[in-house]
Amino acid sequence: MSAPEPIIRIRGLRNQFGEQVVHENLDLDVQRGEIIGVVGGSGSGKSVLLRSIIGLGHPAAGSIRLFGEEVATMSDEKRALIDRRCGVLFQNGALFSSLTVAENVSVALTEHHHLDPAIVHRLALLKIALAGLPLDSADKYPSQLSGGMVKRAALARSLALDPDILFLDEPTAGLDPIGAAAFDQLILTLRDSLGLTVFLITHDLDTLYTICDRVAVLAKKHILVADTLEVVEKVDEPWIQEYFQGPRGRAAQRAVSNHPKHPNAGT
Amino acid sequence: MSEQGHAKLGPEGSHITISGDWTLEHIAGLSRLCASLQREAAADVRVDARSIGRVDTAGASYLLDLAGEDPQRIEVASEATRKLIAAVSKAENAPPAKPRRKERGFIASIANIGVALENFWANAIDLIGFIGLILSAFGRSVLVPRRWRTTSTISHIEQTGLNALPIVALLCFLVGAVVAFLGATVLKEFGASIYTVELVGYSFLREFGVLLTAIMVAGRSGSAFTAQIGSMKAREEVDAIRTLGLEPVDVLVMPRVLAMLVSMPILTLVGMLAGIIGGAAVCVLALDISPLMFLTRLHETTTVRHFWVGMSKAPIFAFLIAAIGCLEGFKVSGSAESVGSHTTSSVVQSIFVVILIDAIAAIFFMEINL
Repeated sequence: MSAPEPIIRIRGLRNQFGEQVVHENLDLDVQRGEIIGVVGGSGSGKSVLLRSIIGLGHPAAGSIRLFGEEVATMSDEKRALIDRRCGVLFQNGALFSSLTVAENVSVALTEHHHLDPAIVHRLALLKIALAGLPLDSADKYPSQLSGGMVKRAALARSLALDPDILFLDEPTAGLDPIGAAAFDQLILTLRDSLGLTVFLITHDLDTLYTICDRVAVLAKKHILVADTLEVVEKVDEPWIQEYFQGPRGRAAQRAVSNHPKHPNAGT
Repeated sequence: MSEQGHAKLGPEGSHITISGDWTLEHIAGLSRLCASLQREAAADVRVDARSIGRVDTAGASYLLDLAGEDPQRIEVASEATRKLIAAVSKAENAPPAKPRRKERGFIASIANIGVALENFWANAIDLIGFIGLILSAFGRSVLVPRRWRTTSTISHIEQTGLNALPIVALLCFLVGAVVAFLGATVLKEFGASIYTVELVGYSFLREFGVLLTAIMVAGRSGSAFTAQIGSMKAREEVDAIRTLGLEPVDVLVMPRVLAMLVSMPILTLVGMLAGIIGGAAVCVLALDISPLMFLTRLHETTTVRHFWVGMSKAPIFAFLIAAIGCLEGFKVSGSAESVGSHTTSSVVQSIFVVILIDAIAAIFFMEINL
């Protein structure tokens, strides 16, 4: 797991809101082409970490390098270029409620590439189909979609510019088990076919066991461990033991050992 | 940054050789290239993409165009590219959506007029129904102190009343000054400048005090009611209130209506005073009428009934503005845009209703010689 240059490299990150320190001395590397799952208790600052990486938050100290570029000191033009290489799926979708699904996907294409409307429409429909949505939802508004469809529409939008990294904030939260499993497979397929790097925040143990190459545990204000599940499970740390050896953790483990891992997982 | 993709048609059009990057940044050129090649190529053309550079979903989609949507006919060097093309091909074969019929032109505009008219009636009926709802909720809770939402009501009084005082006072002061200037200019011709006092007094006590306040409150607080309730509605908070066994009208509407009923008369009083002071200021500074003379004249010529005529309208306006603001809030559906359009609609309706009622009231009071 030691590639020459990680796609995301975080060193000594410190985030705080007033007196409250969320991250302290946080280090994390994400390698090109891997699916990394970030877990941690509620309020442990997973979303804050994600926001720091994509430049929405302003860390108090530390360095975050994205594609080898320092996020904090980047020029605005550089920033815009990097942003186009990152796709973000927000926890609640954050679809633009006054635009249809197809328009949501088209926004970035139209704004950044000045393309012919016909081409934009064609590409938007392609992304919608890639995200596993039926094409007749293209003309619907976000308020007319179910929770699972909102997630898929948001995924389609995050894929619009063919990003190199996909940031997913709890993509399967609120989905039924069948929908969640399908979403997991979808992310796996997209990673394998598009060569994406996926940064995934999740509480879904099934997701962790099925698709993540590595798992990073965020607790006590920093990353306790970031390694394959086999290693992480065995770390002697009360929170980790409770997390993975609790009833839900064991159930997810059993499920995976009964049905061997997806051939592409764990590579 | 990178080299735009190329495609070269082999002899007899049976073979296309691909090179360069097939990515989103070059897509406009690639789409033209593909369109021209497709016309020349044979129907069963094979695509040789073994020396392709970078490729993404957009590029893969156009490669598939060249190969007649058949991934089997594209030769690639790497497994990753093959998978990408397979994924895109699968997505493109998704069943197409049924096209929706959309009326355009003349018929559509006539239909729009019909819809607008129907909406107008529906709005009016909704408003009357909602007023009934508020009155029945008022009837339910007025005798049960336990159901009074004192904290909420007082908070709304602060927002709609206290916080609006400075702007209402300033607005009325300025309009009072303008009315006095206008009156003075016209009345001077007849040597009757002193009547400016009555002009300012009558107009602010009967009409302007309450009307300006109502317009200000509609724009300031009515719109706030719509936006507050509207965003709660959009985020299903209103439904949550209902599932907790509470009545949204009791929880959200009553405190706002009551707060408005308290604030509006107070604001109106302040508006009347500020307007008269504005008029007095002009009289003192520009017309050589001393403050004492202004007061005496006002006292002698203006009876208190003018004040009551103006004041009697304040609670009615307050009730209507609050009712329209809350009702429009409840009409919001899902989107952020909907919050905006209903807020606009709330302000427009409130001001329209206020001016309409004011006009009717003016005729009424004139007929009964008040």
